[in-house]
Amino acid sequence: MTTNNERPASPATPPIELPEHGEPKISNKDRMAIPRQPIAEQPAAERVNNFFEVALGYDQKTARIEALRCIQCKKPLCIDGCPVGINIPGFIKKIAEGDFEAGIGILKQDNVLPAICGRVCPQEEQCEKVCTVGKKNPPVAIGRLERFLADWERETGKMTPIVPAASTGKKVAIVGAGPAGLTAAADLARLGHDVTIFEALHRPGGVLVYGIPEFRLPKKIVEIEVNMLKKAGVKLHNSVVIGQTIPVEELRDTYDAIFVATGAGLPYFMNIPGENLNGIYSANEYLTRVNLMRAYDFPSADTPVAKSENVAVIGGGNVAMDSARTAKRLGAKNVYNVYRRTRVEMPARLEEIHHAEEEGIQFTFLHNPIRYEGDKDGRVKKAICQVMKLGEPDASGRRRPVPTDEVLELDVDTVVVAIGNGPNPLVPRTTEGLKTKKWGNILAERSSGRTSLKGVWAGGDIVLGAATVILAMGAGRAAARSIQQYLTTGEWPEPTLDS
Amino acid sequence: MPPSDALPHAVVVAKDFLAPKVTRYVISAPDIARRRRPGQFVIVRLHEGGERIPLTIADGDPAKGTITLIVQEVGKSTAEMAHLIRAGDSFADVVGPLGMPTHIGKFGRILAVGGGIGVAPLHPIAQGMHKAGNHVVGILGARTKDLLIMEEEMRRACDSVRIVTDDGSYGEKGLVTDAIRAETEASGKADLCVAIGPLIMMRETAKVTAMLGIKTLVSLNPVMVDGTGMCGGCRVTVNGESKFVCVDGPEFDGHGVDFDELLRRQRFYVPQERSTYETFLREHDHEPKDCKLRRMEAAATDKDSP
Ligand SMILES: Cc1cc2nc3c(=O)[nH]c(=O)nc-3n(C[C@H](O)[C@H](O)[C@H](O)COP(=O)(O)OP(=O)(O)OC[C@H]3O[C@@H](n4cnc5c(N)ncnc54)[C@H](O)[C@@H]3O)c2cc1C
Ligand SMILES: Cc1cc2nc3c(=O)[nH]c(=O)nc-3n(C[C@H](O)[C@H](O)[C@H](O)COP(=O)(O)OP(=O)(O)OC[C@H]3O[C@@H](n4cnc5c(N)ncnc54)[C@H](O)[C@@H]3O)c2cc1C
Ligand code: SF4
Ligand code: SF4
Ligand code: FES
Repeated sequence: MTTNNERPASPATPPIELPEHGEPKISNKDRMAIPRQPIAEQPAAERVNNFFEVALGYDQKTARIEALRCIQCKKPLCIDGCPVGINIPGFIKKIAEGDFEAGIGILKQDNVLPAICGRVCPQEEQCEKVCTVGKKNPPVAIGRLERFLADWERETGKMTPIVPAASTGKKVAIVGAGPAGLTAAADLARLGHDVTIFEALHRPGGVLVYGIPEFRLPKKIVEIEVNMLKKAGVKLHNSVVIGQTIPVEELRDTYDAIFVATGAGLPYFMNIPGENLNGIYSANEYLTRVNLMRAYDFPSADTPVAKSENVAVIGGGNVAMDSARTAKRLGAKNVYNVYRRTRVEMPARLEEIHHAEEEGIQFTFLHNPIRYEGDKDGRVKKAICQVMKLGEPDASGRRRPVPTDEVLELDVDTVVVAIGNGPNPLVPRTTEGLKTKKWGNILAERSSGRTSLKGVWAGGDIVLGAATVILAMGAGRAAARSIQQYLTTGEWPEPTLDS
Repeated sequence: MPPSDALPHAVVVAKDFLAPKVTRYVISAPDIARRRRPGQFVIVRLHEGGERIPLTIADGDPAKGTITLIVQEVGKSTAEMAHLIRAGDSFADVVGPLGMPTHIGKFGRILAVGGGIGVAPLHPIAQGMHKAGNHVVGILGARTKDLLIMEEEMRRACDSVRIVTDDGSYGEKGLVTDAIRAETEASGKADLCVAIGPLIMMRETAKVTAMLGIKTLVSLNPVMVDGTGMCGGCRVTVNGESKFVCVDGPEFDGHGVDFDELLRRQRFYVPQERSTYETFLREHDHEPKDCKLRRMEAAATDKDSP
């Protein structure tokens, strides 16, 4: 367990005089004495009744004080911990000095979506995990500082528009408007290419709009990013399913380069008896109904979602936490999280687990559903769960759950299955010559995103399997760089496809 | 051909009332019209906040860039469509063609069985099968004469047609299953049956053709959300396996489908949706074609525009 946890109450912040410009004179010892600054949050009792954002962000003073905790390491390990290698001490120093404009400039050199990453990155597994300060004390709150800068930029209306270079006359198609596609679009538009995004759903954003709930990532933020792209001349066609409406083969005739970023949008089920009973959802369906289709607003919005008293959410990742907390907000009395390992092994972000606990989600560790029973109308009424114990570590290094003879019967009327997602099959299935792995992920060269088809790149979850926003973004950038190289040189060296 | 820049702009080019609660819409959607094959469907959203409703493509004209939808009013969204949408309006989105096309091939003698508005999606399949050199026997069923649609079109697409109505007001009195038995007695066992209509009709048809030993395809209509394989809400059990209708279907082996599970799943939201439908009908207690609300609004905006 990391120590990235300010609960219970942290020691008081010593008084620090912040000059308007520049850093206060402060010794390294004094820096070390500053406790990690908590972030203002909606109280749990209040927020379970609304879908507004939970974490409210740092104010300027708190951000500057938190920034002073960074000791500006000569060898900043944090940079290696960030998948896109952001100059973390660089932007943090600017925050400490109160020069937010310079800070956001540094941040945006490597991260085009900081308002999003600052909110949803699993920092405790990445930049903050290796932060030097974190060896003795809680690490510097890098994610929150990142979010602070991005919010400051947006709220003060200082967002710098994407300025496209002179038109190159080259056309690039991007398939999928998730973080991977949006990032690649931004970089390619900046280089002067004519970029068109095709998105299957009626709204761009991918998981950021249909999966991650409003209370963690306001849709407005994604909308603003998309509008920046449109202002830079990027064309966006919603409601076009590549492979169905237009095949990739046909895009190849019209576009000089194609980037496939279709995500991991195929929900897995456990294939256990009773899983098709009414009231049993994939997390994707549950979250899509509520987020994208606004079922919380039924009947004002037309799409309904189950009314529930007792909900079981199966799985231990972010998707499970989002589903459980959504169920609570929709008015469920009891929400059980059923996970086959223990809290220590949960892959969800620590902050989400804390928030879920505060909101009264009931964790049922070391349990695994084996079947469901329904009532006479076919609605689920019981989840029969096998009690597990932890055995030897498996390939992932986590201790493997082993079934016991004991079972637990949970009385539920809704179940949300959040055990993972596979690659969306539509593009691979309809594109001849596009090589995939066994489970359907597109094979692409790691460093460039180039696939087995000339002029076609792929990146994000469709290649990596369900991963993270920052990795999808990184893949979008890498593909944009490689596309630029191809469009300027015309060279397509044989890609190394690791299977 | 390059993808047109005018991607599905979803304008309703024509609208007419075919039968009580059955309306036909011709919609401009050039890319869909060009790509669609029999058996595929689109998802339509009427307006912001609207549901995503799946509808089979009944016909398409690639030259004009239009597709035809035939829609039965069963709830709020389809009622809104019937009452409030006029020719010239646009839907918020039309996306497709979705699902796998019907496998059109040479089978021999085919029974094309359509119940109610199921005749609409059946029509392009009958046409395709006929063109591929099959002998196509149309079997059309409806509750009563008024509800029978597309008889003329089906007569053109099929080698022969049998019509049955529940009340005997037109054709033979009886159910499509009676007509399947009669046709089998008269001409022997067909090589394939394609049945599209209400779930109960497809279930009963599959029971009869299983007894007669005729391979049967049915087109399923579960509740959907995205229609791209992303949510799993459309799953059905076929031959003991869970399938996503929007990407694996919508056509499946009728003898393997768990119809009772599907019927149950289809009804899940009925209590919630019934109240929204009733509220709508209370405000619109007239025939859709007499609906003045939309027309008055339109008149007002017409006046405003220069
Ligand atoms: C509920 C949930 C919570 C998560 N929480 C976090 C978190 O806290 N932190 C984190 O880092 N990561 C989180 N993730 C993972 C993260 O969201 C993904 O790794 C990331 O969104 C992947 O980006 P992408 O661009 O590859 O794909 P996606 O975001 O999946 O976007 C793909 C887009 O392509 C579209 N598309 C698919 N097929 C086609 C087609 N044929 N034609 C046109 N368009 C198509 C899809 O509709 C979609 O809009 C979460 C995921 C989920 C589901
Ligand atoms: C692949 C497919 C093709 C279809 N083709 C046609 C067609 O060509 N013509 C036609 O009239 N209808 C068709 N349907 C059914 C049509 O989608 C529903 O009647 C419509 O969504 C009902 O919306 P509503 O708001 O009017 O009614 P609601 O009040 O939403 O529901 C009324 C009834 O319709 C069913 N229903 C509700 N939502 C959906 C949904 N998203 N998908 C399927 N059924 C639903 C419910 O089970 C309920 O019994 C098709 C369905 C599918 C899945
Ligand atoms: S992008 Fe993510 S990993 Fe990188 S610095 Fe920001 S929060 Fe840390
Ligand atoms: S490792 Fe931590 S203390 Fe060192 S530079 Fe990075 S954020 Fe600052
Ligand atoms: S409708 Fe969502 S997977 Fe089929």
